Amino acid sequence: MDHADSPQAIAPSRWSFGDLTSRSWFWPVFALALIFMVDGVVSPGFFSIRIVQGRLFGSLIDVLYRGTPTALVALGMAVVIGTKGIDLSVGAVVAIVGAVMTNLIHRDMSPPLVLALTLGTGMLCGLWNGLLVAILDIQPIIATLILMVAGRGIALLIDEGLIVTFRSDFFSAISTGEFLTVPSRIIVCAGTLLFLWLILRRTALGLFIESVGGNSAAADLAGINARLVKIGAYTLSGLCSGIAGVLICADIRGSDSNNAGLFIELDAILAVVIGGGSLAGGRFYLGLTIVGVLVIQGLTTSILVSGLPAQFNMIVKGVVVLIVLLLGSRRLRQSIVGLFRRRTS
Amino acid sequence: MDASPPLVELLGISKSFPGVRALENVDFRLNAGEVHALLGENGAGKSTLIKIMTGAVTRDAGKMLLDGEPVEFASPAEARARGVSTVYQEVNLIPTLSVTKNLTLERQPRRYGFISWRQANERARGRLKRLNLDIDVERPLASYSVAIQQLVAIARAMEDDTRVLVLDEPTASLDAREVELLFGILRDLKARGIAIVFITHFIDQVYQITDRISVLRNGRLVGTAPTAELPRLKLISLMLGRELERTEARRATSVAVAHGEPILAVEGLGRRRYMGNFDLQLRAGEVVGLAGLLGSGRTETCKLVFGAVHPDAGQVRFEGRPIAIRSPRQAVRLDIGFCPEDRKAEGLIPELTIRENIVLALQAKRGWLGRLSHDEQERIAQQMIKTLGIATPDADKPVGQLSGGNQQKVILARWLASKSRILILDEPTRGIDVGAHAEIIALIRRLCGEGLALLVASSELDEIVAVSDRVEVLRDRRQVGEIVGDGITRENIIHTIAGG
Amino acid sequence: MRDRYLPLLATITVFVLVYAVGAVSFKYFLSTRVLGDLLTDNAFIIIAAIGETFVILSGGIDLSVGSMIGFVGVVMAHLDTLGWHPLASGALLIAFGVAFGAFQGLVIDFCEIQPFIITLAGLFLLRGACFMVSLESVPIKHPFVGVFADWHFKLGGGGRLSSSAIVMLVVLAAGVVIAHFTRFGTNVYAIGGDRPSAVLMGVPIRRTTVMIYALAGFYSALGGVVYAMYTASGYPLAGLGDELIAIAAVVLGGTLLTGGVGLVFGTLFGGLIQGLITTLVNFQGTLTSWWATIFVGVLLFIFIVAQRTIMTSTIFLRRPV
Repeated sequence: MDHADSPQAIAPSRWSFGDLTSRSWFWPVFALALIFMVDGVVSPGFFSIRIVQGRLFGSLIDVLYRGTPTALVALGMAVVIGTKGIDLSVGAVVAIVGAVMTNLIHRDMSPPLVLALTLGTGMLCGLWNGLLVAILDIQPIIATLILMVAGRGIALLIDEGLIVTFRSDFFSAISTGEFLTVPSRIIVCAGTLLFLWLILRRTALGLFIESVGGNSAAADLAGINARLVKIGAYTLSGLCSGIAGVLICADIRGSDSNNAGLFIELDAILAVVIGGGSLAGGRFYLGLTIVGVLVIQGLTTSILVSGLPAQFNMIVKGVVVLIVLLLGSRRLRQSIVGLFRRRTS
Repeated sequence: MDASPPLVELLGISKSFPGVRALENVDFRLNAGEVHALLGENGAGKSTLIKIMTGAVTRDAGKMLLDGEPVEFASPAEARARGVSTVYQEVNLIPTLSVTKNLTLERQPRRYGFISWRQANERARGRLKRLNLDIDVERPLASYSVAIQQLVAIARAMEDDTRVLVLDEPTASLDAREVELLFGILRDLKARGIAIVFITHFIDQVYQITDRISVLRNGRLVGTAPTAELPRLKLISLMLGRELERTEARRATSVAVAHGEPILAVEGLGRRRYMGNFDLQLRAGEVVGLAGLLGSGRTETCKLVFGAVHPDAGQVRFEGRPIAIRSPRQAVRLDIGFCPEDRKAEGLIPELTIRENIVLALQAKRGWLGRLSHDEQERIAQQMIKTLGIATPDADKPVGQLSGGNQQKVILARWLASKSRILILDEPTRGIDVGAHAEIIALIRRLCGEGLALLVASSELDEIVAVSDRVEVLRDRRQVGEIVGDGITRENIIHTIAGG
Repeated sequence: MRDRYLPLLATITVFVLVYAVGAVSFKYFLSTRVLGDLLTDNAFIIIAAIGETFVILSGGIDLSVGSMIGFVGVVMAHLDTLGWHPLASGALLIAFGVAFGAFQGLVIDFCEIQPFIITLAGLFLLRGACFMVSLESVPIKHPFVGVFADWHFKLGGGGRLSSSAIVMLVVLAAGVVIAHFTRFGTNVYAIGGDRPSAVLMGVPIRRTTVMIYALAGFYSALGGVVYAMYTASGYPLAGLGDELIAIAAVVLGGTLLTGGVGLVFGTLFGGLIQGLITTLVNFQGTLTSWWATIFVGVLLFIFIVAQRTIMTSTIFLRRPV
């Protein structure tokens, strides 16, 4: 029931801590800063960057380098989550894309053509998901589960069960090479980020996505074609997974469909949530998603650099996820605050 | 029956929520073996009164007596235990479970910890038998019609010692035959001495089944009387009467009446079980009002015209050409706009800013490639904020933080920004304070003067009278009359609703 | 009443059909030996899937199942090196599973966080814990393992019903009883069917949610124990991705992923179908193992679309306007 009008309290003009911490970018950036600080303490020289053989080197660069595939997938995931959906099939799409790419290379096609067809495959996978969600009205978790289960099988089919390798200077250059000292893949990632920014924020598509995710009924009544928007979102996710797949495949110079992109969807979802995106849809943040990826990758690097054995990686990740989630729960925060109040009163 | 003391007495009940006084010193008496209607528009306080009576909400002031003894219900479960049960409008049962499982949920008969379904089924059949219902209790609830589901809900609410049954809009989804079925059961229950509170907006049904009527308006009890002593006309006046601080004068009828061809004309538009077939013509510079009581089909009419709900009968013509408006998107492209009654669920996107909410429809019209630049958006938003007097320090606040009245203005702004030619407004002044109310009325008139065609649905008769050039009167999901020009007065509308 | 069993009928039909394909294609397929092996090989995952069924019936999901299987295995192997009897370590780990599941359930309800993401965290935590215990496969050497593996019940025709299979059938029966003959079971269906109504009808949501995930923890831990005994080892990568197989078993068993509708018994067939397809592909020889996942994916697609159509058909559900 509606309340009578009352004048809205004007925000205090004095800058307050509460103001700062409630900004969407605060916690992700804070977490990243924290991790990097720990890194800097534990491993002096963490921040040093040098140029070796015409290429940038350093722990920071390493974080960016290793985090690129996850970043790409996470960007697509952020878009899909914005529509109040989710894409569990991204790992499988990476595998499929790798298999297709390897297969096409072996047919002696020109590299740009291979690239185009490969990315097209990724988009096709995304389109499939989009159709299931938007037209058949299947819940996103369920719809993308299908490709998640069958996708690697399809990839292995194309590979005929083998780990097929290839030699391609073009693709090696994209994935592992460098351009003007900057590792190429970082440029690719930046380029994708730019492309997404153009297509989402320079057009109305981003607004439409946030509307559809925020309140699908209202978006519909405002004249937005919610179906097309969702299909577009999943297709973009497929494209991003495709780009990641190209990089991953070119990295190992082959298609390893069993392992390519394994569990990447989990990292991607995690990155989006750390970056402030809500699984309930609505606002999505491209830049903060990258920060989320850096947090995860930074965590991995921290563990590496700290001398802890690598197997600690996963459990630390798990603990961090849990803490992030618990902190994000309003109910829990309110209970804890309430507990404090009672103690001190 | 009249001499005995009331079964339930609520005396001097008051209740406030933040920002609104829901109930003010309300008395309510319920006798055993009586069907007592509780009527009032949305926001009148019906649900609050019932929630207090059944323990879902605590009152701020007043007394409650059961059999003459004071009572306090801390929860609906406790009220239930004392014999007061409620059945809500949405059948709050589990559609995928069987009838037995629904009836015995949390109360299954058990042997050594395990449920005996044979006993449970028997118990279920017994319960239903008391309502003269004989159905296969092992089938899923969803396989039965809503009427049956409702009876099952009533059966669940009826413990052996239930003495008061509260029914909140029980007939909202029933057809005439099913209503009769329900009424037969209510008469049985009545004969057994059970007191029934019957909340409804169907005036006809009130006269069919109830013994007593109480009317709430703006949180106060404005009248209570035996049904036989309260004629229809008086009842409707009680419900819709509104003391205005000053009466807004009926606008001059010389202005823009019947400007040639209608932009939008619908004929026989309707949908089964949703809205009976109606005719409507919207002309530039003309306001068509939709008048009727709650549940008469105002929102349904609006949604059918806008294409938000698909009609299964009738014809639509846009500028003379036959057309089928199959989706809101199509309607928006035709420069039609719609302000829904439930702005929270269907109007606003709470996370997005005021600016974004305002430009949304315009942007949808332009398509995703034709993005309005940030400056353009800002300019449009500021213009709308000024025009409509939206109280906000800046346009980049999430719209969910605004008060109700300002939210309504944002939605209005959305359609003004998209330069609609036809505007459908469903309860445009719901939840808006008196000051803004006059602004909105003035705005509607101005838009009309600028050549817009408007369809305004409202439960506020004075509003309808103040702005309309013609009024379509609705009752019980049917169009029952049309009043034009100088004939538009409160009395005439009330008469038409009453069927005079 | 018959409507309720329709999905189960569909599942059993698919199972029979796939079995028939096998019987027609391969000479010795129609033997109790194949059947016995099928039950044994898939016992552990079906056990885990039983717990998953309860979770999905309530409208939730549990992604930590596979990691639990791995964790249970490596801890059992570790305790084995310390001289523990497998039954003792098994009991301890099952208790842990219950506690872990209960914790997940509590966080889901109290913190109002979606099950998907909490159990995702659980997946990370348990798998990470696996790696902390051991990085490579560790054998379980206690003689009881051999006893457990050898013990069997003879089926006529050369087939054996192994102890794994028997454990699976017993806990399956228990699951069926819990689902259909206890108040808790009915409440699970109620929450999955219409949560807001269940609240209004007085179903204790928090208690039930904790119990659901605790039960899932029980079953996935038991599955891990069975798997460890079956493979006589603890392998940190065991169970990788098995939550998907469990979920697929539930869906193929006729349970709606949205909850509220389904039968625990169906999960048995959902799991067996997947095992059968894998077996068929292996028998075939020329087709390689990934074809199994493709077939399962296709089946899933068909089931899910069929579920969607049934849900929207007016025969099953009448929606008031």
